[in-house]
Amino acid sequence: MTTTTKNRKIEKIPQENILDNASKISIKEMDIWYGAFHAIKEVSMKINPNTVTAFIGPSGCGKSTFLRLFNRMNDYIESFHFDGKIKIDGKNIYGKKTNIEELRKKVGMVFQKPNPFPKSIFENVAYGLRIQGIKDKKIIAERVENSLKQVALWEEVKNDLKKSALALSGGQQQRLCIARTLAVQPSVILMDEPTSALDPISTASIEDLIFKLKEKYTIIIVTHNMQQASRISDYTAFFYMGNLVEYNKTELIFTKPEKKQTENYISGKFG
Amino acid sequence: MEKSIQYKDALKKSGLKMLNLCENQLTNAYQSFSTFDTDLAEEVMHKENRVNALDIKIEEECEQYLALYKPVARDLRFIMAIRNINSDLERIGDHAYSIARNVTIKNTPVDSKLMEILQIEKMFSAVMEMTQFVSEGFVNKNSKIARKVFKKDKIVDVINTNSYTIIAEEVTKNPKLIEDALVLFSIIHKLERVGDLIKNIAEKIIFYLDAEIIMHKKIK
Repeated sequence: MTTTTKNRKIEKIPQENILDNASKISIKEMDIWYGAFHAIKEVSMKINPNTVTAFIGPSGCGKSTFLRLFNRMNDYIESFHFDGKIKIDGKNIYGKKTNIEELRKKVGMVFQKPNPFPKSIFENVAYGLRIQGIKDKKIIAERVENSLKQVALWEEVKNDLKKSALALSGGQQQRLCIARTLAVQPSVILMDEPTSALDPISTASIEDLIFKLKEKYTIIIVTHNMQQASRISDYTAFFYMGNLVEYNKTELIFTKPEKKQTENYISGKFG
Repeated sequence: MEKSIQYKDALKKSGLKMLNLCENQLTNAYQSFSTFDTDLAEEVMHKENRVNALDIKIEEECEQYLALYKPVARDLRFIMAIRNINSDLERIGDHAYSIARNVTIKNTPVDSKLMEILQIEKMFSAVMEMTQFVSEGFVNKNSKIARKVFKKDKIVDVINTNSYTIIAEEVTKNPKLIEDALVLFSIIHKLERVGDLIKNIAEKIIFYLDAEIIMHKKIK
């Protein structure tokens, strides 16, 4: 759907048929509570495949809670309960038949701080495959190499695969964690502030990687860095106090946001 | 945040200073021409240095603001507008300088009757009203006022277009007027260019305030 505002064409994200099967992820009227605290308020959203979507908003706005909905990470929180629908590839991920392990294989996650296991570089990447029951050494070795190549770490570590992952630099560790996620062949990657603990050079390499990865994966990233959101994402969603205030193409959010609240936030006037 | 607001305010102040300076330069240049005041003309020429210095200062301030605060949305449009407006104002300053220079080169005042027929006074008044509109529009963040410029510019354009025929007729009648006619033709052309530059400034103000790009569009 395209509408024209004055002389600029704005491609609106269609909100009708929000649970259609063409979207990679579709969420309809989602409410999330932690006990009595209403963390997400009636949020509906569609996320297209092979795109990078950035979730932005001040601390406590609900963006990470919303992100963790996609691989059911909130299930571990006792007071968590929700109302609404969420589908990935047309399937209700909170349905009774949903296999959570299968879901998490499909929807990988990268965290704020690099969290390699105290194992070798090779074993870190192979970990998910072994959990899945893959025993063929050749397949495992291929997947490890392929994953490390995708994150541009292979050339740096190919001769030290037995070395402890903890000996790598922060940026390398984060790329290793992404490789670990890729090894189990997900189709969605969730990233919760993946570069906030990294220096500018490592940040740049992760951003380049995200840009490359969207060819194969659908990526959703939570970030507090406005420049990062504008540099790497195709779509940006601004959350404030549990509400999805604005969701649109990134170039429009950062040039002509429709809501004053969005404008104030991205300009650093509050938050 | 406080610091970036201060920076932006300082930039706005510099922009207004440039606008006032160029407006004065234009007024004095025209006055020196219409009254054949060579002292005033020389003052205008002398003050051209101030216009150039302020132009550079604003350019540096814009660069610093962009580098330090990485503005987005309205703040980004503001900085883009200021840069363009600054450049347009500097060119208006150049035209004021050229008008004043004509006064210092010419030995005698131009024929007042020819000036009257050509409606140069009316043209100048329209240009000055246009500068008022952009100034008010910018200060009060009111794009409606800035939009008034387009209608006024039509008066300027009509006088410019008519000048060809009028000058041809008047010079045919009285060939002695040729020198004055050439000077007036050049002044009219400069005022017409100034009108266009003010129109550009109005477009930038509208872009800044309404996020609307109206360049190269026919406005009725």
